[in-house]
Amino acid sequence: MTAIVEVRDLTKRYDGEKLALKNLSFKIAAGEIIALLGPNGAGKTSLISTICGLTTMSQGKVFVSGFDVQSDYRNARSLIGLVPQELMLEPFETVMGTVSLSRGLFGKAPNPSYIRGILERLSLWDKRDSPIRELSGGMKRRVLIAKALSHEPKILFLDEPTAGVDVDLRRDMWRLVKDLQRDGVTIVLTTHYIEEAEEIADRIAVIHDGQILLIEDKNLLMKRLGKKQLLVELADPIERLPKLLEDLGIKLHNEGRGLTYTYDMEVEQTGIPEILGALKSEGIRFNDVRTEQSSLEDIFIELIKDRSV
Amino acid sequence: MNYYAIRAIYTFEMARTLRTPLQSFASPVISTILYFIVFGSAIGHRMIPIDGVSYGVFIVPGLIMLTVMTQSVANASFGIYFPKFLGTIYEHLSAPISPFEIVTGYVGAAATKSAVVGLIILGVSFLFVPLEIAHPVLMMGLLCSTAFCFSLLGFILGLWARNFEQLSFVPTLIITPLVFLGGSFYSIDMLPSIWRDVSMLNPAMYLISGFRWAFFGNSDVSIQLSVVFIGFFIATFLGIIWWIFSTGYRLRS
Repeated sequence: MTAIVEVRDLTKRYDGEKLALKNLSFKIAAGEIIALLGPNGAGKTSLISTICGLTTMSQGKVFVSGFDVQSDYRNARSLIGLVPQELMLEPFETVMGTVSLSRGLFGKAPNPSYIRGILERLSLWDKRDSPIRELSGGMKRRVLIAKALSHEPKILFLDEPTAGVDVDLRRDMWRLVKDLQRDGVTIVLTTHYIEEAEEIADRIAVIHDGQILLIEDKNLLMKRLGKKQLLVELADPIERLPKLLEDLGIKLHNEGRGLTYTYDMEVEQTGIPEILGALKSEGIRFNDVRTEQSSLEDIFIELIKDRSV
Repeated sequence: MNYYAIRAIYTFEMARTLRTPLQSFASPVISTILYFIVFGSAIGHRMIPIDGVSYGVFIVPGLIMLTVMTQSVANASFGIYFPKFLGTIYEHLSAPISPFEIVTGYVGAAATKSAVVGLIILGVSFLFVPLEIAHPVLMMGLLCSTAFCFSLLGFILGLWARNFEQLSFVPTLIITPLVFLGGSFYSIDMLPSIWRDVSMLNPAMYLISGFRWAFFGNSDVSIQLSVVFIGFFIATFLGIIWWIFSTGYRLRS
């Protein structure tokens, strides 16, 4: 993989406080969408802020396209776009004014046609002369994205981009992120919404207590750590599980009205035919059989729970 | 050098000024006109000339300096404090800009605004008093240097301030008294000797005195001393700003 971001032994300690980031090392591949998942205070924003230069690092190194973000900050930062979590915008400035400022700050010559393209893509062109204070929350978030894209970044950091936005805008945002990826932009997003990561990310990094618990391809992760469950709804409740079924790993649930069987998604022999045969031989009748697959959220909760214990 | 960033900050700040012309230009000009009416016309006729200059004319450099100094501090402190207050400073901290470029953009815009206000006041004063400027080029140089110098001070204040109270604390309780007591409306020779000695400790006095010298060819202290003081202040303020950016003091956590 060609790494666009390389983090080496990154540690961040705020003044007099506990460690926010503990010796992190990882790489982000060019062109991928990576989601940073973690509970509040896990270190997601600290990590992004340190890479982008908003906070100083206590130890370690970060490289963006090979440029050290400290010693070669001009080259490194010019490749980065950042969409912060909060709606931080100057209320009296116009959309066009604030987006143009961003482009200039990142050392790019004015390019009205490029800015127009971004504003049209984000449905902001009609609002270009409107003061920010007159825009809705969703529109303001789009303005933040337009600002981050104004200097044609190669990597875009989105810090909880869909926090507090409605479902339609969230779906719009996901489409935009996919489009940007097609244009060759690497996307790093932090999110509380695990369905968001499941929907759009190529890789998942789980952060907890300043450490990366895992960083892995989303599909492989779900296959490796995901579970499937067979649910059997019985026609008549039973009080005790016959030994034959117990030996197959089946459990009673719903006060004897149903059976559950959990199996690994990776194994080829699921054991389901044997279970159905055992039910028949024991004379247990059932009304319905269905399977459920664990979501990324289930995996995430399990990981965090294990860690907390 | 990131010229586009300097230009973007400068243009953005000037646009803010032009959006609020009443606050930016009309307000200081009206205040100055009131000073002319009160001190120049109403009281000035009863004052004896100072070093052969009528009182109405004598106060012109002081009035310009009073406005330029206070406006420079106010413009520059607000210019950098407002992004801090709103959180939009994140963009400056994550952009490929050096501290020098940020300072040039913000301080350049603040100094431009206050220098323009100073020139407008100068133009207005011609309507009230018969004014001649002995050294116009030096006058312009000192006007721009003072605007730059106090804009640097305002920039430091804006970086330091944690809230609006702190932002107004320094101009109200330190800058304005120093400028008023620095000889804006009088020559320090008019003071009793003890207060004259105390006035020599007032840095604003050297700037006002130098500016007055550019108008009339004489002043309370020598022009060379005034120029040295301006240079000293500019160097000191630049040093403090360099330290703030190099340590991230109140900027980066």
